[in-house]
Amino acid sequence: MSDQALKADMDEVIAPTAGLSGGVRSSPKHDSGPKHVAGEAVYIDDINEPFGTLHLAPGASSIAHGKITKMDLSKVRSAPGVVCVLTADDIPGVNDVSPAHTHDEPVLPDGIVQFYGQPVFCVAAETRAQARAAAKLAEIEYEELPAVLDVAVALEKQLFVAPPHVMKQGDAKSALARAKHRHAGRMEIGGQDHFYLEGHISFAIPGEDGDVLLHCSTQHPSEVQHNIANVLGRPANAVTVEVRRMGGGFGGKETQAMQWAALAAIVATKTGRPAKFRLDRDDDMVMTGKRHDFIVDYDVGFDDDGRICGLDLQYAANCGFSADLSAAIADRAMFHTDNAYYLGDVEIRSYRCKTNLVSNTAFRGFGGPQGMVAIERIIDEIAMTVGRDPLDVRIANYYDTKDRNTTPYHMVVEDNVLSELTDDILKASDYRKRRNEITAFNAESPVLKKGLSLTPVKFGISFTTTFLNQAGALIHVYQDGSVHLNHGGTEMGQGLFIKVAQVVAEEFQIDLDQIKITPTNTGKVPNTSATAASSGADMNGMASRDAAMTIKNRLIAFAAEKYGVAESAVRFVPGKIIVGDKEELAFADLIKQAYLARVSLSATGYYATPKIHYDRESASGRPFYYFAYGMACSEVLIDTLTGEYKVTRVDIIHDVGRSLNPAIDLGQIEGGFIQGMGWLTSEELWWDDKGSLRTHAPSTYKIPACSDRPEDFRMELWSSGRNVEKTIHRSKAVGEPPLMLAISVHRAIADAVASVANHKVVPALDSPATPEAVLHAVADCAKRMIENAHSADAAHSMAGE
Amino acid sequence: MASATGSFRSDIRFLLGDEERRLRDIDPQMTVLEYLRLAERKSGTKEGCAEGDCGACTVVLGEPDGKGGMAYRTVNACIQFVPTLDGKQLLTVEHLKSTDGTLHPVQQAMVDTHGSQCGFCTPGFVMSLYQLWLDGGEDDRGTINDALAGNLCRCTGYGPIIEAARKAGGVAANDSVEQKRRADIAAKLTAMVEGEGTLALEHPAGRYFAPRTSDELAALLVAHPDATVLAGGTDVGLWVTKMLKRLDPIIYIGDVADIQSVYETEDALIIGAGVTYSRAHAALGRVAADVGELVRRIGSRQIRNAGTVGGNIANGSPIGDTPPALIALGAKIVLRMGDVRREVPLEEFFITYGKQDRVAGEFVESVIVPKPHSGLVFKAYKISKRFDQDITAVLGAFAIKIDDGKVSEFRAAFGGMAGTPMRAKKCEAALVGKDWNEANLNAAQMALASEFEPMTDMRASKEYRMLVAQNLLTKLFIETNAPDVATRLVGKEAAHV
Repeated sequence: MSDQALKADMDEVIAPTAGLSGGVRSSPKHDSGPKHVAGEAVYIDDINEPFGTLHLAPGASSIAHGKITKMDLSKVRSAPGVVCVLTADDIPGVNDVSPAHTHDEPVLPDGIVQFYGQPVFCVAAETRAQARAAAKLAEIEYEELPAVLDVAVALEKQLFVAPPHVMKQGDAKSALARAKHRHAGRMEIGGQDHFYLEGHISFAIPGEDGDVLLHCSTQHPSEVQHNIANVLGRPANAVTVEVRRMGGGFGGKETQAMQWAALAAIVATKTGRPAKFRLDRDDDMVMTGKRHDFIVDYDVGFDDDGRICGLDLQYAANCGFSADLSAAIADRAMFHTDNAYYLGDVEIRSYRCKTNLVSNTAFRGFGGPQGMVAIERIIDEIAMTVGRDPLDVRIANYYDTKDRNTTPYHMVVEDNVLSELTDDILKASDYRKRRNEITAFNAESPVLKKGLSLTPVKFGISFTTTFLNQAGALIHVYQDGSVHLNHGGTEMGQGLFIKVAQVVAEEFQIDLDQIKITPTNTGKVPNTSATAASSGADMNGMASRDAAMTIKNRLIAFAAEKYGVAESAVRFVPGKIIVGDKEELAFADLIKQAYLARVSLSATGYYATPKIHYDRESASGRPFYYFAYGMACSEVLIDTLTGEYKVTRVDIIHDVGRSLNPAIDLGQIEGGFIQGMGWLTSEELWWDDKGSLRTHAPSTYKIPACSDRPEDFRMELWSSGRNVEKTIHRSKAVGEPPLMLAISVHRAIADAVASVANHKVVPALDSPATPEAVLHAVADCAKRMIENAHSADAAHSMAGE
Repeated sequence: MASATGSFRSDIRFLLGDEERRLRDIDPQMTVLEYLRLAERKSGTKEGCAEGDCGACTVVLGEPDGKGGMAYRTVNACIQFVPTLDGKQLLTVEHLKSTDGTLHPVQQAMVDTHGSQCGFCTPGFVMSLYQLWLDGGEDDRGTINDALAGNLCRCTGYGPIIEAARKAGGVAANDSVEQKRRADIAAKLTAMVEGEGTLALEHPAGRYFAPRTSDELAALLVAHPDATVLAGGTDVGLWVTKMLKRLDPIIYIGDVADIQSVYETEDALIIGAGVTYSRAHAALGRVAADVGELVRRIGSRQIRNAGTVGGNIANGSPIGDTPPALIALGAKIVLRMGDVRREVPLEEFFITYGKQDRVAGEFVESVIVPKPHSGLVFKAYKISKRFDQDITAVLGAFAIKIDDGKVSEFRAAFGGMAGTPMRAKKCEAALVGKDWNEANLNAAQMALASEFEPMTDMRASKEYRMLVAQNLLTKLFIETNAPDVATRLVGKEAAHV
């Protein structure tokens, strides 16, 4: 990276570059917007099918755990249109698609099924309808084995998919023993289905030599490539994976595409015909992993102000039948146990429990939300115990800038903006005044009660698996000056492609429409990391800029030499290049000249995030390059007779540093918030006692609908935001952090529930706070208040005697 | 086989945009979505769930409105069968852009507000917004919510889409070019099927009949007593897309002209079996504000545009949504077989889970809903995890008359509390003739616990169902006694009427 560019990056630039259309800090629209609205954006199922395309359907296990004693697929094979049927015996290479190489996730199980709905075979037929119909004709018998369907049971039986992990700072035990106040509790936190609108799909097109081109709806093309090569028993260079766009990902397409991609690839290579595997929604929800549900047990010590002095906290994460990414996800829950708070002496233990359920996986926030929702409930409980406003207890526990600034994993929080952000959100939300108004309202309203909560977010940015923090890009400039941009990041709707294109437009000082955004393709940029951990723009922006700068520096050197000026006298300004005092060249003209002079106009770019390291043995280091911050204040109204609720007002201020694209960032904030709100409220995963997921479609699994979006929803990017680290144009990652702003909704509901007992009783509100959960919490609060009153009466009468 | 017109037609005729289609040899249970994507290779319309819940497949259907113009409505293409397009105009996301490439105002608004992220739900939203636009546009948030309740977006949080709805506006009511265009289409559609006889398809995969009169329907059902009666398809569609059932024959009642209307008499509404929720909505709202509010919350607009009140009864769902309310109102249904009709009180129609008082060959011809007489207060409460487009956990519907502090009449019915929608007779008995006070309210709540044993499932536990059912009586008590107390989060206007 040239010094000049880095210096520019240090500048305190806030406004977009004048005269440039679509540079950084401006808000060009999503590049696919006009295609989306016209139905012209091509998703994998929209690609014109070559003649002879086969369609796949899965055949599923009807028990949660057991040995397959008989599998008669003769009726499946002879059903109309069926071309081939695959079982574990038909896997040409390694029968495993585990992303972390734990070898515990078969493409198709060999003898033992491990969850209800697990695909045990797969049919390929001339039409999708034929494949689905045929899949129902299997005759399979099992010898059932004991099934563990409950994370608490798995914990008790010590059934794990990965070893436990512990983080410590100081001595939690003795700190707790010394504490003036102590509170212990348990919180159950439910999982979440991604409910991307486009379900999983892979489309494999066979090539020469047993090669295969896979169109796959995945956030991680490189991993699909490598794993599918293993499954096929072929080198990685035999498989090319391409992703133009996904219809949503949210983490659900980081590892979960593999099985469908593998089966499509096997059918394609086996039959020599293109093979498409598109899951029905119900199958998608039953057969692919979700956000982990957690049980959190805690024991916290604090002083009269509610300041935490000791915390012992234990996570049991429900990982399902295999490891998948569970170790890293459970780690991130631990990394975010602190959220914005200095925890003092603390011990955090994490168990990665194995159950006979679908294997849980990445989901926006990657374990962080579960850690943060627990500590926010703990803070509320502390506040109620000491009789202070929860916000004041939050502020009392914030990280300091000088001392009280080390995390439980011994990283110093260097970029703390909590206090400034809090000042701003207090003003924007008018929190103090509204708190009083709500107290007055509740005193007068017997059925409907209001609740209010203001919660912070501090979210660590970087993959905690350090080696993943690398990215690559490829840029070609053609003779007419048009630019072809490619990088390892995938577009799932988050606006990554447009943001990276803006970076390149800025670098070349050309208008955005001169840049062609191209599909992610493992043949162009290899060995990339998943588009995950909010890192897409940070890393691919940097890598693409690196590639652009390589070409730009060649152009500068060429122009300087040709026109006999110093390199510093060649300047890229909007739409043109100024050479020395007089010469002005259009970008395309300079390119033409450079081509004729045999200057390479193609370059790769690369980026590896600096500064980060983490030692797992000692559970210490700097796993995060920086933190993203945000604050939200939510107000709710609940119905104490039914448990129903409405979020009536939300105020958000979120720190994205210097935004690359304010409109796209606001879209991420709102979308993340609403998705987080869904997780914590109406989205309930419900399995029956056989381990069958019964909320397997939108008819039964309720993500927020339009009317759930709060009527009064105010959000702004934090105007003082600036990344102290040298990120791409001083921006901050925005994909995941806003999801956790929604914790304010959950806490506001709990606040409203607590009002039925005058905030004297802590409502045991778990997540999701469905109307049912809320009504039970209301009833519980009311009952405990009466019990307390009785025991107080009893104490009084005793004293009277 | 009896036929009123005496003649049959074996091709499905409709307009795809402005182009006429005549289809023969098509599997009658092929969905409109499959047809669009596979046969027409129009892939703008997406499959998100194949059960009419996510709205990614939303398309607009146009039909002559009988007044020389066109009536448009959104439906879920994923659960509509192709033959039901007969005589209609099908509009998809591909039809909105001008030939010169200019985006339609609703499309442009969606781009301008950053209303699409991943874009997969977007064509469906565009079509729901287009419907709003065709109806003149909308600024009110509540109406926009209702129009978009059947379109799920997982990316945006809906804000930009709501903004797009407002920004796009709508076609002016007096736009003469638009009126002419609609009149032309209506004329074309009418000419296409006029005097052409009943649609009857014989395909190796199954048969399909779309009778034009109820006499013809009755005769067909006598001839094919085990036929699947198809109305809105909001239930039957899933038998095909999810359960992979083969239905043969299908008898579609959407074209039976004489059961498509709501007749209003002095003391009752008579709702024809083919009347959709959308078309019954206003009239039912006039019966009681809470019935209107209930209908607003049944499914999504796409579902209400297709699903029928009659179908909601005939399919015998234990939850139902309209049945508990109609039972509390004392509704009756008219069942018909051949030329024989019989009237059955709705509460007696539901025998047990999965079993109704309907014999093979018989069909629900109409629903008779008595209007509450003076002094009778009607309240209905639908409890679900999500306010919009969610299947009910518990529905309580009450018709109560209070004279001088005494309950003189009381009918209570619940959905989600038993295997069928059911009257709570013990609960009623605990109150009728008694003072409307807390002690008797408690007794009525206790009675509920003795007459229902609700089940636990993915929507709610049995404990919650019982507690809520009892609390709904408390809500009724407060709403009838203390009009100053706020009791509703939604449907507030119906609380104290």
